[in-house]
Amino acid sequence: MAELHLPATLPPLFPGLPRELDIDAATVSEAIDRLDERWPGFRDRLVEAGPALRPHINVYVDRARGELDTELAADSRVDVIAAISGG
Amino acid sequence: MSKSVLLVGTRKGCFVLESEDRRDWTVRGPYCESWPVYHAVLDRDSGTIFAAAASEWHGSAIWRSADLGETWEHSSEGLGYPDGDGGLKLSKVSNVRPAHGRLLVGAESAGLFESTDGGETFSLVTTLEGYEGREAWNDPAQQPPGHLGLSAIIPHPSDPDRFWIIVQGFSLFETTDRGKTWAPRNKGLRRDWPADYEDIGFCVHKVAPASDFERMYQQNHVGMHRSDDGGKSWTEITEGLPTEFGFAAATHPHDRDTFYVIPLDPGHGRTMPDGKLAVWRTRDAGSSWQRLDRGLPQENAYVGVLREGMAIDAQDTPGLYFGTSTGQLFASTDEGDSWSQIGGLFPGITSVTYASVD
Repeated sequence: MAELHLPATLPPLFPGLPRELDIDAATVSEAIDRLDERWPGFRDRLVEAGPALRPHINVYVDRARGELDTELAADSRVDVIAAISGG
Repeated sequence: MSKSVLLVGTRKGCFVLESEDRRDWTVRGPYCESWPVYHAVLDRDSGTIFAAAASEWHGSAIWRSADLGETWEHSSEGLGYPDGDGGLKLSKVSNVRPAHGRLLVGAESAGLFESTDGGETFSLVTTLEGYEGREAWNDPAQQPPGHLGLSAIIPHPSDPDRFWIIVQGFSLFETTDRGKTWAPRNKGLRRDWPADYEDIGFCVHKVAPASDFERMYQQNHVGMHRSDDGGKSWTEITEGLPTEFGFAAATHPHDRDTFYVIPLDPGHGRTMPDGKLAVWRTRDAGSSWQRLDRGLPQENAYVGVLREGMAIDAQDTPGLYFGTSTGQLFASTDEGDSWSQIGGLFPGITSVTYASVD
């Protein structure tokens, strides 16, 4: 199970969504899909048409910059970071 | 007894102001998780607030609240352009209008969406494919900062098939078949720049119809204009105003000849001329103009007002409300004769709308 860490901006949008949770998924995209199944609309908040990660959303898999198709190991740590933007 | 509700969209969320007498206001918010809100309105039929918002991080969504802002949900299901549709990318939803049982949404890149289930899901109505100028208005190189794309939707009050839209920087359009086909409505408008098309290429900032929807007023990038035939033709009525430029405007709900506008410095500043706040009013359909500034700051007031930044209520003696792009909110309960600041200090205000709630 990959360990997923979400930015503080996401839980207020989806009742019951924690900041940290374990996900059984083979890729970043699949992990997002798993969350979208439980919290409909979740994918739209991180992914834009393409599909691609939104411009100010960064995903790190085991501390390395990842994309939607980045593979996850059973013990991967996934950090979703909302970049500093705006003021 | 009904109460007055103001919905204030800001760069940092939506605020709800309530008043029994239009003088003392309570403020709630910020809502919508402090996403930038471009437009917020109350649907009188359903009692639902809808807000068009776009987060720099999490994209665009229409937020909705069925309890005057106490609780909110959001959705963007269907708000997007099909892959390969000319490469159009949806950067923001900029305008939301309930009308005749459906919810219409304007977006940038310029597109019109609708929801028929109260804002839970959306579908694309049109991107005006095939219309003259479309390539240019969707070209990022030709767009100003903060481009809104399809910046306004103006439903006809009794005809569900008929409404108007503004494509920022290019045209007012009218449809009479629910959005299937569109006619440009720019005849008689001034433009001071070279144009590729005869009927397209007019910088329409704001269109404010009178209650009969035959009389309309338009604040254009260059000049104030009036129409007496539902936008089919326009006559310039700028003379007597301090500048030809501005965004916010409102038409009197009971008198088609009375109209309000906030002229701004047309240069880069786009703030109040000479740093003095003023709303201007005509009571004769634009033949003459009166400066309204009692109670408004008259020194060092270099503030602007955006295109959805002014509202008027429909009470017997209408009240007016406008919010500045730097977060001050002003109100008048006497048709603009005098003003006072209300509510507090807000983030930059993008939209102000009024509703009377029982």
